[in-house]
Amino acid sequence: MSDQHLHHPIDLAPGDEEEVRVGPRLVGYFTGFGLAVLLTATSFFVAGTHLVWQPSIPVALVVLAIAQMGVHLVFFIHITTDPDNTNNILALAFGLLIVFLVVGGSLWIMSNLNQNMPMPSMDQLMQMQR
Amino acid sequence: MLGKLTWAAIPFDQPIPLTVGAGVLVVLLAVIAWVVIAGHLPYLWREWITSVDHKRIGVMYCLLALVMLLRGGSDAIMMRAQQAIAFHSQGYLPPEHYNQIFSAHGTIMIFFVGMPFVIGLMNFVVPLQLGVRDVAFPTLNSVGFWLTATGALLVNISLVVGEFARTGWLPYPPLSELTYSPGVGVDYYLWSLEISGVGTLVAGINLVTTVLKLRTKGMTYLRMPVFCWTTLAANLLIIAAFPILTATLAMLILDRYLGFHFFTNEAGGNVMMFMNLIWAWGHPEVYILVLPAFGIYSEIVPAFSGKPLFGYRSMVMATMAICIISFCVWLHHFFTMGAGPNVNAIFGIASMIIAVPTGVKIYNWLFTMYGGRIRFATPMMWSVGFMVTFIIGGLTGVLVAVPPADFLLHNSMFLIAHFHNVIIGGVLFGAFAGYTYWFPKAFGFRLHEGWGKAGFWFTLTGFYLTFFPLYAAGFLGMTRRMQHYDVAEWRPWMIAAGVGMVLLSIGVLSQVVQLVVSIRDRNSVSLRDVTGDPWDGRSLEWSTASPPPVFNFAVLPDVEGEDAYWKIKSRAREQGLLRREPEYRDIEMPRNSPTGFVCAFFATIMGFALIWHIWWMVALGGVGAFATFVAFAWRDHDEYVIPAAEVARIDRANREARLAALRARSAA
Ligand code: HEM
Ligand SMILES: [Cu+2]
Repeated sequence: MSDQHLHHPIDLAPGDEEEVRVGPRLVGYFTGFGLAVLLTATSFFVAGTHLVWQPSIPVALVVLAIAQMGVHLVFFIHITTDPDNTNNILALAFGLLIVFLVVGGSLWIMSNLNQNMPMPSMDQLMQMQR
Repeated sequence: MLGKLTWAAIPFDQPIPLTVGAGVLVVLLAVIAWVVIAGHLPYLWREWITSVDHKRIGVMYCLLALVMLLRGGSDAIMMRAQQAIAFHSQGYLPPEHYNQIFSAHGTIMIFFVGMPFVIGLMNFVVPLQLGVRDVAFPTLNSVGFWLTATGALLVNISLVVGEFARTGWLPYPPLSELTYSPGVGVDYYLWSLEISGVGTLVAGINLVTTVLKLRTKGMTYLRMPVFCWTTLAANLLIIAAFPILTATLAMLILDRYLGFHFFTNEAGGNVMMFMNLIWAWGHPEVYILVLPAFGIYSEIVPAFSGKPLFGYRSMVMATMAICIISFCVWLHHFFTMGAGPNVNAIFGIASMIIAVPTGVKIYNWLFTMYGGRIRFATPMMWSVGFMVTFIIGGLTGVLVAVPPADFLLHNSMFLIAHFHNVIIGGVLFGAFAGYTYWFPKAFGFRLHEGWGKAGFWFTLTGFYLTFFPLYAAGFLGMTRRMQHYDVAEWRPWMIAAGVGMVLLSIGVLSQVVQLVVSIRDRNSVSLRDVTGDPWDGRSLEWSTASPPPVFNFAVLPDVEGEDAYWKIKSRAREQGLLRREPEYRDIEMPRNSPTGFVCAFFATIMGFALIWHIWWMVALGGVGAFATFVAFAWRDHDEYVIPAAEVARIDRANREARLAALRARSAA
């Protein structure tokens, strides 16, 4: 099916990589791997440490997690800004939108539900029976 | 050794499922025996089971859907009969059996009829419409199909070995938790959907990639037929939504198998989270089903009105708008769970907003018909029937999207009427329309018009007679899923619905007869499709022979605008000549692969073993499936060449037929 690819000179078919020598690609993967390990290690360190203000730890973990995603996207999934990547960027944007809708919506819904529909305690249950 | 599986799993004491199951088994064995004895096995294996051709896989998806439609339909007949009888009495189905039937009915109709039908049609049509030779990942396509078939098989096995869920088509906890559903029914449900869910996800990835990456020269996004757009939107929704389903069911599995507490009553579990998550998948799911159907109508209405589609761009906009908004409304399925007025209001309004792009589409189809020369062939009948029916269903949807109204109507028969109104009137009519419309493309002959029309009218009237009484029963306070009842006012409506079910069944039967008659008369002049363009079509699938050669197009077409084939055809008609014969080249096509079938074989073993807690067999199935993947990844010979001479021979035959038709036309 090779003739199909020719029609989209700037749009590579899935699985087709640009022609890049192995050397630079390996460097990229190792950099990514190094950063990923670093971020993971930092997360574990932050979670257990007493060196920083305790309430800030969840925020720090969130930031580290987002950075981790960024590293994966750039070094392993190869999201870049060049024109060939428009599809990928759009797909990413769509994904982010959906995650935002579902996670945000769920948090909002569940917090309302938990507020309005608390699990009754045993005493309350007994009272309802009467 | 065999986990929970003992002879007690076979329901010897329940004659109905046992005889049905035994009957199905006998028919199945008879078919297999016939295939083997008549020597068709090598042909089936070579041309179908191991095929990675998107056309063949599409046909198999549709066949699976049709077979499962008969199974789900029998469930429906049984339920309607029960409710027609069970007034002041127990009817003929005991509660535990009735509960399994409505659960199986919903599960089958959504996952193993609706989904395979639309995926099958997309699979068959989209590469042809885009002017390319296959989908992006042909072997993965076959894996996706066979995993879906695995899920369907497991559901059917539950008929004779063990039981099916009694929880409804969405297994709400805490009922579906081990405490209240200790049997294997829910496990059958969970594993068949986990496995077929992977298949669906794979199909979604494949079709999105195909639309985004494989289009022929000149096929820009805004020249794609609307069906390709709705395919893109529906499959984006699959990719976004199905992982939610898989994860939610996986959590329920953890609860049931490993003592987790995601959705249990105690130990910090939260059942409301299940409703939230399942509907975050569930509402997009209904649009996954109906968007492709919208696409089908958008192909059929212009073709049979002899006009280009009205408002192409607004159609594209509406499709993508629905794609996004369908992720903003899921709470309307649990207004009554108590989220409070703010949340309910926002989601209610969002639900009503989704009716706007849908309305845009309806107007576009109407304006396409306006002033056209309409031919009322069967596909067009389904389309018009859809427009009328779906508008009503959409309106009742908007009604239940008003939270105060929904507090009265939630989980009543009114709701049942609403969603059957949109799913039958929208998805099923669309699937039938697409089936009759593209059948000649797939097989080279048309379906019989008379039987098709009979099928349409019986289905349409049967639908109204079955489901409109349910609206009334809902207003009278009847709730869904009642095994028996004592309210006299409901009785007449249930009897009417039962009569409607008879008409609906005749409709289905007519279509079975239609298929048989058409196969018998396939070589008659009225049915045979010689040119490959039986309906005077407008998009590229009609520019190739029927059935299309494996490679679809001898030379990939060059597209110059919307309605790609119409342009080519009009020019040929003006000049009285076909385009010049192209220069034929060798074509490389992907080789067949048993990967999908073998994988699904092991997945079936694994799923069955997981349901019955046969752990050594789980390991066997898992290792087998994994080994199949590895073996496939290692192969180095994955394409074969069709020589230019062969391509020329095939294409010239079709060109001759078309030239003859062109001459006959200008002579007339
Ligand atoms: C105008 C657009 C629509 C609106 C505003 C709408 C609204 C609603 C609402 C509010 C409910 C929940 C009612 C309740 O549980 O009390 C509902 C249920 C449902 N709708 Fe729709 N709907 C629309 C279109 C559709 C379409 C196009 C489909 C399918 C193709 C569909 C399929 C369903 C299903 C399957 C259920 C119920 C599932 C269950 O509870 O088992 N709806 N709809
Ligand atoms: Cu919904």
